Order: sequence, then structure tokens, then C-alpha cells
Amino acid sequence: MWNETPSNEAPFVKVEGLTKQYRSDLPPVFENVSFSIHKGEFICIIGHSGCGKSTILNALAGLEQATRGGIVMAGKEVDGPSLDRGVVFQSHALLPWLSVEDNIAFAVRSRHPRWSRNQVAEHGARFLKMVGLKDAEKKKPAELSGGMKQRVGIARAFAVEPKMLLMDEPFGALDALTRGVIQDELLRICADTRQTVFMITHDVDEAILLADKILLMSNGPRAHIAEIVINTLPRDRQRETMHHDPQFYRLRNHLVDFLVHRSKQLQVNRNLKAAYGEPVVVRPGLDSLKVVASRDEAIPAARVATRPA
Amino acid sequence: MDKTLKLRAALLSCLLLLALVAIWHVATQTIAAGDEGLDPEYAMLMGLSAESEKSGGFPTPAEFGASALGHLASPFYDNGPNDKGIGIQLMHSLWRVGAGFMLAMIVAIPLGFLIGMSPLLYQTLNPFIQVLKPISPLAWMPIALYTIKDSTISAIFVIFICSIWPMLVNTAFGVAAVRKDWLDVARTLEVNPLRKAFRVVLPAAAPTIITGMRISMGIAWLVIVAAEMLVGGTGIGYFVWNEWNNLSLNNVIFAVLMIGLIGMLLDLMFAQLQRKVTYVE
Repeated sequence: MWNETPSNEAPFVKVEGLTKQYRSDLPPVFENVSFSIHKGEFICIIGHSGCGKSTILNALAGLEQATRGGIVMAGKEVDGPSLDRGVVFQSHALLPWLSVEDNIAFAVRSRHPRWSRNQVAEHGARFLKMVGLKDAEKKKPAELSGGMKQRVGIARAFAVEPKMLLMDEPFGALDALTRGVIQDELLRICADTRQTVFMITHDVDEAILLADKILLMSNGPRAHIAEIVINTLPRDRQRETMHHDPQFYRLRNHLVDFLVHRSKQLQVNRNLKAAYGEPVVVRPGLDSLKVVASRDEAIPAARVATRPA
Repeated sequence: MDKTLKLRAALLSCLLLLALVAIWHVATQTIAAGDEGLDPEYAMLMGLSAESEKSGGFPTPAEFGASALGHLASPFYDNGPNDKGIGIQLMHSLWRVGAGFMLAMIVAIPLGFLIGMSPLLYQTLNPFIQVLKPISPLAWMPIALYTIKDSTISAIFVIFICSIWPMLVNTAFGVAAVRKDWLDVARTLEVNPLRKAFRVVLPAAAPTIITGMRISMGIAWLVIVAAEMLVGGTGIGYFVWNEWNNLSLNNVIFAVLMIGLIGMLLDLMFAQLQRKVTYVE
């Protein structure tokens, strides 16, 4: 049903002991962050503002240097940005003076400098079609809605065909309706392309819908990855039906509980031992003991969870 | 709504112009009336006769109109060093402004690019820019005349030195203010520095750079008149000064109007260019 990556396979990306300290007179934002990503995995990272999620993502992208620790992707150290790691920016970061198709062509041209004009255009058009924006190709970004801009940003990142896709809260600025539509699109595209994705989100439901693994970060400063939650829901999950699965609320309650209570406690009474090793891996979806406890909570939570599709 | 507003504004502009011309007419009429009572003996002394045309006073709008039409009828005649058509004079001025401005552009835009990209270079050059920028361009004239020993090139140098600062400062500012997101996009796409400069930084900074060019052109057109009054020979500035020495106020007024019109056209040109490169975020 759900696919757990075989432990014997070497991870595609390995993050080890990552620490970021902006000022020497202040404690580090996060400390000793270690995790690994396997090929084809969709990882979401959740945590409160200020725990350094974006910094971790930027370090993965090579846009920012960590103070200590390192990242290895496909056997090579990450020491700068690369076409192999595509980034979808929160602010979409489209070039406003270029039309939609030129924005994508700019990225395609960077990947394939020797391609003819037609080849570049064809390749770009394929990815625009994928996000359903074929009709908007001649428009300037300013003429598009927020959701459309973000879709162009996603198409641009996919058009480069990176080995790993990094998304910094890509849907943070969108309304719930648009967000749902784009989430479905992303889910479909990732299923088709087996894209490796690392994504920041604040939205628990989004994480459950999209992610295979959810990294939970404690609060900053001195944030660390407290837990790795394995999403045990079947991978063909859908937004409309996934909340019928009994596992859904166990997972959801676990995540919400972490964000509301435990992330703070973890910061206050920081267990140094846990922090310096690999984080705990949990499967709350399969936790039969919790079933009884969370059944009662599941009803009010269900009301919270129903969001317009 | 917008159309009627424009129409009403245009109508008011025309009325205002008419009113100003009427005031001008009335004001010059009184002077003319005063001239009527000129003592014939005094007039003789001044080399005038009581019957001759009142050419010494401020011209009336009608007189001005006639002489302006004369200028416009043959703008490009050339009867020797002190008698050239207004078109030729303007061409000389425009040529000097164009040459000085181009030179300034060739220096200021690449240098501004480097300053905007490199904080080290910015810190290094900033004191020089701050000291050189407020110097009146005409103050350079003696130095230019002494070292260059050519009046035309000195005028071009003065235009160069006054055009360079707004372009340099604006280019540096525009380049330094390019959104980090766009640069990050270029970095994650492994865009090489030259392509980044031309495809990302230049279009992003273009509106600011064109604004700098527009300010520079405005200043250059202001300065050329003064510079040509100093260096003499040709040009609209020299023409104004020459006609003042001839006490031909008709020609001075006409030249002043032409300076204004050409200045407006130059500014409109840059406004057009600005519209072309402006993007909506």
C-alpha cells in the first residue's frame, strides 16, 4: 500500500549536522539537523515560523551556506545552486518583463543552451500544458492571478527537469480553493514523474495529502528535527476521500498536537540526546493504541478539516 | 469622463495662452504709447527718427509673430558666422548634447553596473562621486578650455560631465535594487554572469536607468545654452547671446521658445522609451 523506502538503498540526499547561526552572540536558529531523502520521495517539513525551515531549504538549494554541517546529493557535496535542484519560490519570482512562455523558455534555455528556438518553445509548452496554462502563454505575469503565477513557477521548475524539487510554501499566499486545485495538480504531476520533492508548508492537511514523510521541527532558536512522521495513507490518496480513512485523523491529530503543544515543550526542555542523533521515526497512522484515544477527538477535528475543495 | 477632462484641460490651456498673449499685447501697447511722446531731438540723438519703427522697445505679439514666421520659413540659411538660421543653431546644440550624452552613457552605464554589483567598488568610488556630483558643470569650463584647447570639444566635455552623474547614480541604484528573488532564480538556473547581466539585471534595472538618462538629458539641455554662451561660435546658446548683443529681443524670445520646445521633445522621447521598458510587478 504505502511505500516505505528500503533501508538498504543509499539515500539520494543526505543532510548531516546542519547548523545555522546568523550572529555569534545569539544561539543558532537550528542545530544538528540531519535527515535523508530517497529518490522519488515527497518530503514535507512543518514547524513554526522562525525555526529555520526556509534556511534549510535554501541550504539544500545551495543559495545559502550553513554554519556547520553538510549536504550531499547523489554522492556530491552541495556547495552552490545547481540546475539539478529546482526551486519554486514562495513569491513565485517570475520575471515580470517576460511573458509566461518566455519565463519558461528562459529556464529551458539555461538547461539546454544548444537547443533551437523551436525545441525550447515546444519543451516549455509541454510543461505549461501540464499546469493547464497553455492559453495564458502570451500574458505577462502581472496579468495573471496569484494561483496562475504560482503554477507558472511550478511549470518553470519542472521544465528544467531537476533531480530534486524544492518548494518554499508554494501555496502559502493562495486562497483555499485555488490551493486545492493546484495541490491536486502537483500530486498528479509528481505521481507521473516520480519527482523527488522537498516542500515547506504550514498546512497540516496539505502535508498529509502530498507527503510520504513529514519532518516536524521544534521551535527556534536551537530548533531541530524532532520527529519524522511516515505517512502511512495509501499513495493514491485524494483530497475528497482521504479524510474517510481512519488513519487520517490519527495522523492529523498527531501533527496538530505536535504544532500546538509539543514543539514548544521540546524547545523548553530540550532533550540533548535526542537532538544529536537521527530524529525519531513514527507512524501515528498505524498506531493502534492511539486509535481509541483519538477517536473521540476525531469528530470536532473533522469539522475543522472540511475545507472547500 | 477621462476624455472630457482632457478636452476641458486643453480648452483651458488655449484660453490661458490667449490671455497671456493679450496681456503681452496690452503691456507692449503702453510702452509704444510712451514712445509716441519721444522728443524728436532726443530721438535724433539716439540715432532714431520719430517716424521710424519702434524697434527698440519690447516687441508686440504681432511683431514677434512676424519675425518667428520669418525664422520658421527658412530655418537653415547660412550667411556667414553671425547670421545662421535657427535650425542650424539648434542642430549644432543638439549635436553637442548628443555627443556629450553618448559619451556619458558609454561610461556611466557600464560603470554604474559594476558599482551596483560590487559593494567594494561602491564604497571605493562613492567619495569621488559625492564630491564631483555637486560641481556646476560650467565650473569645469576653464579647465576644459585650457587642457583641451578646443571650444567645441570643451562644450561636449561639459555636457559629458553634467550628464554622467544622474545616469551613474541611477544605474548603480537600479542594479543594486534588483529583487533578490530574480537573482536567486538566475542562480538556481546556473545562468552565466553575462547572460544574467543582460537578461535579468538589465531589464530589471532598465526603468531606473532610463529615469537617470532622462534626468541627464534634461540637465544637458539646460547646460548647453549656458556653455554655448561662454564658448561662442555656433549653437542656440550663442544665438541667444548674440541676439541680446544685437538688442533683438524678438529673436531672443523666439530662441527661448525653441529651447523650451526642443527640451520638451527630448523629454517626451525618453518618456516614450521609459514606457517601453517599464514592467508591472
